[in-house]
Amino acid sequence: MVQINARAISRGIGKGKALVSKDAISFLGGVDPKTGVVVEKGHALEGKCIAGTVLVFPRGKGSTVGSYVMLQLAKNKNAPAAIINLEAEPIIAVGAIISKIPMVDKLEGETYEQLKNGMEISVDGAEGKVRYE
Amino acid sequence: MFDGEQSEAARQSMEILVALGKIYGAKNMVPVSSVQVAGVSYKTIGDAGLEYLQGLAQNGAKAKVPTFLNPAGMDRRQWQRLGIPEEFAKKQIAVLDAYEAMGITMSCTCTPYLIGTRPKLGEHIAWSESSAVSFANSVLGARTNREGGPSALAAAVCGVTPNYGLHLDKNRISTMTVKVETELKRSADFGALGAFVGEAAKGRHPSFVGVTKANEDKLKALGASMAASGSTALFYIQGITPEFVVSDSPEKISFTSHDLAVTREKLGTADKPELVSIGCPHASLEEIHDVAEFVKGKRLACQLWVCTAQQTKEKADAAGYTGTIEAAGGRVVADTCMIVCPIEDIGFKTTGANSGKAAKYLPGFCKQKVSYGDLEELLWFK
Repeated sequence: MVQINARAISRGIGKGKALVSKDAISFLGGVDPKTGVVVEKGHALEGKCIAGTVLVFPRGKGSTVGSYVMLQLAKNKNAPAAIINLEAEPIIAVGAIISKIPMVDKLEGETYEQLKNGMEISVDGAEGKVRYE
Repeated sequence: MFDGEQSEAARQSMEILVALGKIYGAKNMVPVSSVQVAGVSYKTIGDAGLEYLQGLAQNGAKAKVPTFLNPAGMDRRQWQRLGIPEEFAKKQIAVLDAYEAMGITMSCTCTPYLIGTRPKLGEHIAWSESSAVSFANSVLGARTNREGGPSALAAAVCGVTPNYGLHLDKNRISTMTVKVETELKRSADFGALGAFVGEAAKGRHPSFVGVTKANEDKLKALGASMAASGSTALFYIQGITPEFVVSDSPEKISFTSHDLAVTREKLGTADKPELVSIGCPHASLEEIHDVAEFVKGKRLACQLWVCTAQQTKEKADAAGYTGTIEAAGGRVVADTCMIVCPIEDIGFKTTGANSGKAAKYLPGFCKQKVSYGDLEELLWFK
């Protein structure tokens, strides 16, 4: 098993298949809270459902209301199981905390680049660990 | 800090502050004496925000320090008179109810410093609204970053904020000096200066020289306009602000009478506005007095809203200013403003403003054409 150190942002443990986006994500207007599908035109994940995934993306973008949309996703059971950011910013960090989505950022070394679609990943948002086989 | 007796809301609030502290490299938390919470208008936060606030209130969130609100999407007492759609009003009231349940003072204003909350030089606070943040940092010399809705609420619940950014003296040094080479008379002049400098500042803190006279109304107009055009959260004016901290070799720019004329022109060209909106930021009692004097005994041919804090409106009511303005066909509107109120749904298409901030935001947020100028240029009569 590979274990990577990361910075803890939002506590809890989440497991799932990695869904990797090269683009930043805006939850307000970018993701449909009723379905969990990315609806932003031209986005790397357009048409993909983020529900239950370990969502890997560089950072958030757009309106701060995006934090609240993450909470709506969680209430609708369409939230990701965990979030890994290259570098967290307040919209996603706050959204993850209020929605109880485990989240880490700043993976040690160049390990962020090694995360690929479909990998079974476990994120520990309290300890700041990312684990996969 | 927290044990098992803390509410879920308090635990989550501290988790938010710790995460933000990590993101911004804060070494510790600093106690705050007051909090101003953003995310109040239903127009901006929508159902997602409303659900968040209701959940937080249910989880036992309570403000630990004096906390008040940004402007809401409507006047709580006279929304029907103003033509606010009922569906919107219901949602807005639900937002305010959630905040009230958290022990937050029901004053919805961008000018808390005009209704009795005046933090002292060096005092740490956690305020949200961009013009209030600018005024507190610059005119009062308090210490605050520009908080978002959740981070301000978390500060209210915990009584602390992460110690980074403008809380630290090393981040409060001006590296850009503006020589003002023209006389500034009216609020619209200060708004134009703010629009010009905000864009040039690109996130730096401007320091002004050559401004000889500016009362608090003019300073709030300047700060609001710079915050809107350039996210400026701190400025200094030589001889006027309580602090004037400038680096050894700041970049120097000037602002001439030509710049003033060009910037005023850029801020708005539409003439004969359907609605003239004064009070961005919220009008002081003095400004309401000036409007009343100007419209006294006349009949307005356009709509006029003078936006202010409820507490200021009560003083204007008592002084007879509200009566004078209403007799001319205008209104004194509390709790809200032309930006966060759904004026486009009421049917307005062209709005006049003497505020650089309003001129900046009216086209995007409210789909308005903007007429920019002083009171005498904007108002028209029967």
